[in-house]
Amino acid sequence: MRLDYPPNVRIVNVPCTGRVDMLHLLKAIEDGADGVYVAGCHEGECHFQNGNLKAKRRVAAVKKILEEVGLEPERVEMFHVSASDGPGFAAAARQMTERIRGLGPSPVGPMPDCDFGGSDSEQVALGV
Amino acid sequence: MVVAERKPIEEILAMVADFKKVLLVGCKGCVTVCCAGGTKEVGILASALRIARKKAGNPLEVVEHTLERQCDPEYVDQLGPMLQENGFDAVLSMACSVGPQFIAKKYPIQVFPMLNTTFIGGALEHGVWAEFCQSCGNCIIHNFGGLCPIARCSKSLMNGPCGGSANKQCEVSPEIDCIWHLIYDRMVELGQVEKLRNVFPIKDWSTSRDGGPRKIVREDLKL
Repeated sequence: MRLDYPPNVRIVNVPCTGRVDMLHLLKAIEDGADGVYVAGCHEGECHFQNGNLKAKRRVAAVKKILEEVGLEPERVEMFHVSASDGPGFAAAARQMTERIRGLGPSPVGPMPDCDFGGSDSEQVALGV
Repeated sequence: MVVAERKPIEEILAMVADFKKVLLVGCKGCVTVCCAGGTKEVGILASALRIARKKAGNPLEVVEHTLERQCDPEYVDQLGPMLQENGFDAVLSMACSVGPQFIAKKYPIQVFPMLNTTFIGGALEHGVWAEFCQSCGNCIIHNFGGLCPIARCSKSLMNGPCGGSANKQCEVSPEIDCIWHLIYDRMVELGQVEKLRNVFPIKDWSTSRDGGPRKIVREDLKL
């Protein structure tokens, strides 16, 4: 489809978002990512029954931790996008990028060895 | 198992406010099973503390380590070399409250509990735990169909139920089953309901906390 999505998004592939652990999200934030989002299948459409619902609960738990440490919970998000929905994936990337640009850089610090050519927002996306 | 939950991060951050380097020690015993203080929870707390302190511009070095158990001296002894060499300001224990006490007894360093040790219980489902035992030191549950009125009745009544029992629930909270309702149902099921006509005598609480801190000595096991 040759769709564009913001180049500041670094993608980490996982077999199912049920594989995403709280530590994956926290480590990204700890290492200076401005935001992290999980792109999982639509609810009720998980090939492994409920991996996406587990991911959703873990994202919620990480949001709570970020709130406790004084960081905006909006820096972490769960999106539901079908594996074949390219436009949906690009839209989620744009939406998250706009949100993070609004929040500004993470006060935790810049990501080491991560240069997106002057981009002002660095994100990690975890998705199927 | 002993069931515990992590203290609020805000409380923990206040504990470590003056420190630059801490050793966060988990336990592979009960608190791993109840997902409060095992290797994974150590990682999550360590990460949260680093994020908070990086954000504050005052980084905290958190070294992670998980012991087989913190309630046996031979495992706590394993911290010795780490504590001697690395210049830690404090030890943060993610075990039940036995762990920090064993570490405090052994090493001349400040020790902080990361968990609130909550009860002796079991898992009702994944992620949900409930209290089943109050360690009164003299188990009597066979008189009540195998259910414990000490731990599971809000008033620890042995000749219940009280007037606060309604619709199978305890008046303390709709989340609490009236154990006396369950005991009655269970005794009916066992065909032993007539046994509940017997008045259960006053319990001797000297085996519980009323007798002071308790100790078990097994001469046959001593080395």
